[in-house]
Amino acid sequence: MLTYTLRRLLTAIPTLIFISLVIFLLLEAAPGDPLADQPLTIPPEVREKMRIALGLGEPVWVRYWKWLVQFVWVEPRVVLDGWLGTGFAAGEARIVSWQFRAPVFDIIWQRIPQTLWVVGMAYLVGVLIAIPIGVYSAVRQYSWFDQIGTFVSMLGFSVPTFFSGVLLIVIFAVNLGWFPSIYDTTLRVTDWDSFVRQVRQMALPIAVLALFNASQISRFMRASMLDNLNQDYVRTARAKGLPERRVVLLHVLRNSLIPVVTVVALGVPTIFGGAIITEQVFKVNGLGQLLITAIYANDLPMVQTLTFIFAILIVLFNLIADILYGLLDPRIRYD
Amino acid sequence: MPDGSVPVLEVEGLTTVFRTRSGAVHAVNDVSFDLRAGELLGVVGESGSGKSVTMMSLLGLLPRPPAEVRGGRVSFEGADLLTLGEERLRSVRGGRIGIVFQDPMTSLNPVFTVGFQIMEPLRRHLGMTGAQARNRAAGLLELVGIPDAARRLADFPHQFSGGQRQRVMIAIALACEPKVLIADEPTTALDVTIQAQILELVRDLRRKLGMAIVWITHDLGVIAGIADRVMVMYGGQVVEQAPVRALFADPRHPYTRALLGTVPQLRGRRAGRLRTIEGQPPILRAPPASCPFAPRCAHVTERCRRENPRRRPVAPGHDVACHWSPPGAGDGDG
Ligand SMILES: Nc1ncnc2c1ncn2[C@@H]1O[C@H](COP(=O)(O)OP(=O)(O)O)[C@@H](O)[C@H]1O
Ligand SMILES: [Mg+2]
Repeated sequence: MLTYTLRRLLTAIPTLIFISLVIFLLLEAAPGDPLADQPLTIPPEVREKMRIALGLGEPVWVRYWKWLVQFVWVEPRVVLDGWLGTGFAAGEARIVSWQFRAPVFDIIWQRIPQTLWVVGMAYLVGVLIAIPIGVYSAVRQYSWFDQIGTFVSMLGFSVPTFFSGVLLIVIFAVNLGWFPSIYDTTLRVTDWDSFVRQVRQMALPIAVLALFNASQISRFMRASMLDNLNQDYVRTARAKGLPERRVVLLHVLRNSLIPVVTVVALGVPTIFGGAIITEQVFKVNGLGQLLITAIYANDLPMVQTLTFIFAILIVLFNLIADILYGLLDPRIRYD
Repeated sequence: MPDGSVPVLEVEGLTTVFRTRSGAVHAVNDVSFDLRAGELLGVVGESGSGKSVTMMSLLGLLPRPPAEVRGGRVSFEGADLLTLGEERLRSVRGGRIGIVFQDPMTSLNPVFTVGFQIMEPLRRHLGMTGAQARNRAAGLLELVGIPDAARRLADFPHQFSGGQRQRVMIAIALACEPKVLIADEPTTALDVTIQAQILELVRDLRRKLGMAIVWITHDLGVIAGIADRVMVMYGGQVVEQAPVRALFADPRHPYTRALLGTVPQLRGRRAGRLRTIEGQPPILRAPPASCPFAPRCAHVTERCRRENPRRRPVAPGHDVACHWSPPGAGDGDG
């Protein structure tokens, strides 16, 4: 397993380098001018100086190389410096956002907490409610519980979050006034009061996203349980005289979780992608919103860096999903 | 031969219906039989004749719905299994009655070790824990002929061959020293040589442990070597029942005779090509009002289509459900 993991990590490196090149070149080729927002009255020679200041004077492969080096060599040392108080990366050039004129990673670090709290929590909540719902729906297939579950989850993933989000805002924020409609990023949790306020402002976006996540995962869980409930080994477990609880919650569930865990692991990178639409609707300034505004502003370093981070996470969680699969299913051998 | 000894399991009038979307299926119709202590009862019939459903019904292992056990009594250790209640029935299943199923490749849970799966009934029914359960599990694995048993407890089912997995299934079924072992086509999915080994194992275990066995098969050839008594099923009914010698020497039911005709003869006259019974076993949409075998029977008469024959004794321990008698059969028509 360890050698397998190492081999996979090593083979991931050329893959990721290739992906980074594609991302860089695609964005390079995309139409758009980072200076488009600047007033037209700026004389051409000043405009040219601004382009050079942004680093646009150099050939594309030089810029790619610099960006890659900054990403994999400079930025990790900056992180180390931040943790250990060392000065490894002191004075080295970092990836700088054109839009914010500040290092891209500093901005990303600022945005990650919002995204993790809202989108990550929604994912966690979604998974935690989806699994029992999926199990119960399968065990009581076609019961009223299962029928309602089917209906709700169909709604859950067919209704777009910009609709359900706005609907919840209208009902619970505007009409009932139970929750704020806008997420206040400046809120710091320092005491019980601010904690309660934080929970309240997270409630609606989490509800919207968790419903969406739970809809899919509960369906998946249900299908996996149904597959397994018909297996011969379940009959064997019953023939041993085991209580039905143990048959379902140990024998069946343990098998049914294998594909579900894999799917859940594969879905984790989408958390970091943020929920672009939901973050917009609730004005959560997380990574999703950061990406959208960077795209509008032609902030290439920001877009390239974020996209590449997502690519890394996707490759990483693919590996994690495979490893989990191997750990959960004794029939899978990787060596 | 344990003839005349007390029955350990008595089934009377067992009737099971499946209520499916496309209508009812009368899978088991008024089945009665008993199993005496220490005996091996062979249950024979083509696939679809209701053998498995009969056994699953009396153990409460059928999914409800669609299955519905409509009637009957199953006496075991002084209680009626059909009315015992789920909780107490569970303590019988896997404890006092062990079961082995047909397909060893899928009958074990792939994600738990074989040791864990053997120890489960030990923990549940005998209250064993820790080293005690582990030792007994290793002993069982050794009993069913798996070499290096103690070490193999930590292996997963996929690390065993098909024949070995069936041995593991037998170890699980025998874990709590049951009084009755029900084996539902335990060798059907296995190679002929492995099949012979499993048969030998069961014969051996029976001598050592002395439990009564119900051995289900669609292959009369398998039964001949191990059974004391044979029950032939067709259309969810018992059509003939006899001590094994009598059944082979003097089969009364046209279906039994046809089944015997399909067994390849190794010695004696060559039968030409392998014989088969024309047609398909029925799927009964209603309780049988006529003989279910009538459409395929060579001796069918008007009466067979009007009246489902009841079982009638033809010799000591031998009964048959048929209106017809073979020429020269020495019994008064019932
Ligand atoms: N779950 C089920 N739903 C409907 N019909 C069933 C079901 N299980 C078995 N049957 C029917 O019951 C009859 C007897 O089946 P079974 O006892 O499995 O035969 P066998 O003698 O091969 O063991 C068959 O006609 C089969 O179609
Ligand atoms: Mg069967």
